[in-house]
Amino acid sequence: MTSKKIGDVILEVKNISLAFGGVKALSDISFDVREHEIRAIIGPNGAGKSSMLNCINGVYQPQQGAITFKGQTFRHMNSRQVAEMGVARTFQNLALFKGMSVLDNIMTGRNLHMKRNLLWQALRWGPAEREEIAQREKVERIIDFLEIQAYRKTPVGRLPYGLQKRVDLGRALAMEPQVLLLDEPMAGMNVEEKQDMCRFILDVNDEFGTTIVLIEHDMGVVMDISDRVVVLDYGKKIGDGTPDAVRSNDDVISAYLGTSH
Amino acid sequence: MAATTTFPRLLLDHATQRPDAAALREKEYGIWQTLTWAELAQLVRELAHGLAQAGLQRGQHLVVVGENRPRLQAAMLAAQALGAIPVPLYQDAVAAEFAFPIINAEVDFAIVEDQEQVDKMLELREQCPGLGHIWFDDPRGLRNYEQAGLASLDALCESGRQHAQAQPDFFNTQVALGEPGDVAALFFTSGTTGNPKGVMHTHASLIDRAQAGARFDKLTCDEEVLAYLPAAWVGQNIFSYAQWLACGYVVNCPESASTVGIDLKEIGPTYYFAPPRVFEGLLTSVMIRMEDAGAPKRWLFNQCMALARRVGPALMDGKPVSTFDRFKYALGNLAIYGPLRNTLGLTRVRVAYTAGEAIGPDLFSFYRSIGINLKQLYGSTETAVFVCLQPDNQARSDTVGVPIEGVEIKLSPSGELLIKSPGLLKGYFKNPAATAEVLTAEGWYHTGDAGFIDASGHLKIIDRAKDVGRIMGGPNDGAMFAPKYVENKLKFFAHIKEAVAFGDRRDRCCAFINIDFDAVGNWAERRNLAYAGYTDLAQKPEVYELIRECVEKVNADLAQDELLAGSQISRFLILHKELDADDGELTRTRKVRRGAIADKYGVLIEALYAGRNSQFIETAVKFEDGRSGSVSADLKIVDVKTFPAVRSAA
Repeated sequence: MTSKKIGDVILEVKNISLAFGGVKALSDISFDVREHEIRAIIGPNGAGKSSMLNCINGVYQPQQGAITFKGQTFRHMNSRQVAEMGVARTFQNLALFKGMSVLDNIMTGRNLHMKRNLLWQALRWGPAEREEIAQREKVERIIDFLEIQAYRKTPVGRLPYGLQKRVDLGRALAMEPQVLLLDEPMAGMNVEEKQDMCRFILDVNDEFGTTIVLIEHDMGVVMDISDRVVVLDYGKKIGDGTPDAVRSNDDVISAYLGTSH
Repeated sequence: MAATTTFPRLLLDHATQRPDAAALREKEYGIWQTLTWAELAQLVRELAHGLAQAGLQRGQHLVVVGENRPRLQAAMLAAQALGAIPVPLYQDAVAAEFAFPIINAEVDFAIVEDQEQVDKMLELREQCPGLGHIWFDDPRGLRNYEQAGLASLDALCESGRQHAQAQPDFFNTQVALGEPGDVAALFFTSGTTGNPKGVMHTHASLIDRAQAGARFDKLTCDEEVLAYLPAAWVGQNIFSYAQWLACGYVVNCPESASTVGIDLKEIGPTYYFAPPRVFEGLLTSVMIRMEDAGAPKRWLFNQCMALARRVGPALMDGKPVSTFDRFKYALGNLAIYGPLRNTLGLTRVRVAYTAGEAIGPDLFSFYRSIGINLKQLYGSTETAVFVCLQPDNQARSDTVGVPIEGVEIKLSPSGELLIKSPGLLKGYFKNPAATAEVLTAEGWYHTGDAGFIDASGHLKIIDRAKDVGRIMGGPNDGAMFAPKYVENKLKFFAHIKEAVAFGDRRDRCCAFINIDFDAVGNWAERRNLAYAGYTDLAQKPEVYELIRECVEKVNADLAQDELLAGSQISRFLILHKELDADDGELTRTRKVRRGAIADKYGVLIEALYAGRNSQFIETAVKFEDGRSGSVSADLKIVDVKTFPAVRSAA
């Protein structure tokens, strides 16, 4: 395969520190994400990976530092604003509507693109209906892309975990994001499901040019699919670079394997 | 009376006579999209021009690989319009399996479905340097491929449109040049031994059989068919291509392989073919769901099914049934049979066929008893399928029907079935020796099947002629041994998925068994029997006991038949892994490869005959993604009761 075109910095995190009372979750973290790249954040349990994602996503408000997204700098992000600017995410512990069908779950991801208000949507009449049909077409393309046609009408709660993860990804994709934040997309999956998910992540990156920031525990997966990797340990950044560079970094090795005394 | 037309001419006839009628439907983005005959003809025209522009010549071969997709179907027609020969290959085969057909048929051109198939073709280029042109239907994931000669079907159509502007008469001239006696398609038979053989069929042979079958079942242009079987199989070609063009009905392409069940319900085909295992799978899923239903529903279901078993088949066959039973059946139809047919997606089925393997009597009569006109047929790749068909009111599970128009049948002195029909193959491609082996100078085709015509004029098949053996030594010395006959009887049990029987030139019959993971898994769950996976479940003593009961019933049944009583199974074991085509144990059409299995599991066969009670085995397996690993287990072997043969009275 040919090399893809990695662009300029789209997201920059500068000197972020986050504490919960006395617990320092993140201290002085800085890194950047370039357009169209797959950027992984790795680290042992409790390293602060999800906290980092939550800061970018506007769920947590860091005490120090700033985040620059598409040239605009923010002290802290607001989650709706972040979504409107083109950042979507999936969750470590799925946050799907279990009783709703796959189709409806993904449809919710289109909500920001709906022009008509709640009342119009509820009446589902005239312009609102036309709008829904247009949105439905986008959703169908995502269903086709993720190969979940067979489960279109199935309530999400009845699907196996691996497929639920795929639906979660589908809902995030429905926002047509520029940047996609994936929180452990492969947690709890078997080998075959992991392979499928890897292929979907690479395809999303390739087909739509979406920039992807992912947290992942499976080192094999991370090293295979990401362009650059940030390594966190106890809230501090201990490594940053290409998978090969990170793999040979002494601090990273000791964080993962422990040091001999 | 030979057919006097070709497939491209049939297409143009439909496009002129009924341009706006639906020809193909495909479900895409959740909606069924229709292609009319006129649109299809236009698509075929563009593809043909494009292929000619790329250099495809009369007599050359074009490989087509993928699921059933309208544009792949059109590509076959486009090749035939140019006088080239489409070679459909099995889409689930690994790249190495494509090498032989591509080298054998000197293929330079391939039209494939998607990235998966493109990767296989590119992998083959080292071995097959001639494979210069590869076109793909679905561009997904192929954006960054820059290999020479790789292009999308859209690009092919575009170049075809330009070529058509320069030479507007080219297409019609090419179609007119095609003769009914030209080879229309090359089907590679999977073959249980050796290299596959390319079966050449002419337009005339395929169209003749398609029309004979259509007349037999009075098919019209209003039929709906779901194209879900692999296009490389001749049966799929007959049902979704030859008869499609001969009758002009609608062929529907499912959204994906995993949605076939849903699509079947939405389309409601009127003409349906499925191998027995599909019917079995449908029935198993119904039964499993019924077991989970509430007690009143189960009671009603059982009552209605008892009635259906008693009077349903008689009603289907048009035999007399008392008015009261008719009334009760009508009520049952409202409560159970109708909704059940609907759930199965078979509400509108007028004619359904099954073939390829023997079908269990219970399974067969289940479908007929709920009002589905399921019948059997007999045929093979070499005979363009239709040899024997069952008439509507004479369907039986143990025969395969009566010879239809044009077919002559006789038995060779050794008991092998010989056939003469206008649908016979022209020959094996570049293999005159193999052709001479099966096709006599007088035009008789050696089927390789052992069988006979019964008193009612129906053909009955016992086994492959070469597999029929003799028991040697022991109490049953000299008895006939028909492995497939025994295996089929075993497989009729829902808990047994595959079986392999041994006994030729041995003193008794022993068997390997594969349990049906779904059915036995469900059975185990109901008994709170914990298991870790297939291998673990297969070796549970409870499961052995369950299977032993099945085997004993088979033995009791075999004992009824004086001829085959010697084939009763004295010992068996349950294999630690499922037999798989990827491991070379089954053919792509899921037939047991006896020789390969005997080689691979020689140590197990030895253990069966040596009287050991267990045997350790380690087997290499290939996963779907091409990686390999191994499965090992200590297999138990158990003895089964056999019965004295029942001598026929008088």
